[in-house]
This record gives sequence, C-alpha cells and structure tokens, in this order.
Amino acid sequence: MIEYALQFGFVAVLLALLLNLWRLMRGPSLMDRVLAVDTMVINIIALIILFGIEQRSKMFFEGALLFAMFGFISTVAYCRFVLRGDVIE
Amino acid sequence: MTFLLELLVSVLIVAGAAFLLIGSIGMVKLPDLLSRLHAPTKATTLGVGGALVASMVYFGGLEGELSIHEVLITGFLFMTAPISAHFIAKAHLHEHTKLRDGLPPSGRPLGWSTFDVAPGGDEGEHADDQQGGHR
Repeated sequence: MIEYALQFGFVAVLLALLLNLWRLMRGPSLMDRVLAVDTMVINIIALIILFGIEQRSKMFFEGALLFAMFGFISTVAYCRFVLRGDVIE
Repeated sequence: MTFLLELLVSVLIVAGAAFLLIGSIGMVKLPDLLSRLHAPTKATTLGVGGALVASMVYFGGLEGELSIHEVLITGFLFMTAPISAHFIAKAHLHEHTKLRDGLPPSGRPLGWSTFDVAPGGDEGEHADDQQGGHR
C-alpha cells in the first residue's frame, strides 16, 4: 500500500515542480522568481524524503537538511540584496 | 497493527503530496505576488510537514529504529518559512513604490514601516526593523 502512496506522491511532487518551473520562467517580477525557487526547494526536500522512504534508507536526511538550510539562506540573501543593495553590511 | 501503521503512513504521504501540489497550483493561479505568497508559505510547508511525519512514523513504527532527523527538518522549515515570506513581501513592497499610494494613514506620527524611516534609524534609509509603524 505504501508503494502506491509513494507513486502518487512522486507524481504529485513532480507536477508541483513543473508548475514551479513555469512560474520561474514566466514570473512577471523578480520576487516571483525568488518565490518560485523557494517553493521548488521545499518540493525537492519532500521529494528527497519520499525517496528515502522508498529506499528504506535514512541516509538522505542530511541531504534534505542541507537543502532546507541553503534554500532559506539563498532566499534571505537575495531579498536582502534587493532591499539593501548588499548582503552583508 | 502493521496494517494500521502502513495505512497511517500512506494517508500521510498522500495528504502531504496533495498539499504540495495544491500549494504549487495556487502559486500559478493566483493573480499577484502578495496573494501568490500565501500558497507556498502555508500549503507547501504543511505538505512537507506531512511527508516528514510519514517518514517518522515509517522508520519509527515499521523499521523499528526511531529517528529524530525529521523533527529537526520540520522545526527548521516551520521556523524559516514565515521569515522568508516576510522578506519576499518586504522586497516586493520595496520594488513597487506605486503600492504605497493606496495605503490608509497609519494613525501615528510615523508612517508605515517598510516605507518610512524607523525612529532611531539612519536618515534616508528605509526602515529594516519592526519598530515604528504598524505590525
């Protein structure tokens, strides 16, 4: 039963990633693209975790944690650059 | 018991993936950025939380080895999602100065926080902290 749920999860997350990619390419303003990349990172974290369940391995959590940290830091750095013209003052 | 745990894991996976998909659909469908910000911030964070709880139940209940990593990732994501949404909204307001025309008066000697100088901030700089203005 878990296998079917995982297949549904993979399909849903991949569709979500495609929608994010569409917003990333289309996005009228700069912040739309930043938001699209931020959502994409969260979707990729979910994809890594689902893959870890499918492989029955706990090895992937460190990767997911790294993705979470880098996604947050890159979003904040980009917004800070837009707001202040500099990342670290 | 095993069947119930498998059912719980499957329901959590399906619910989490559905929330992720709904969040991304909302980001495509909604009309402008400030309303578009709601969908990824709320629905997507909830979806990834569901997937993480599913993984926790799977490894703790079915494989028999309790894992704490998921709590770390969940806590990190739930702490950082509002912060990044707040930063994106502030940068959007900073870029589109036309948005400040439709604002009602703040009812205080100071203006709204993103558009006006904070009390005690440097002159000529936009306020970057929360003091002064409306929260």
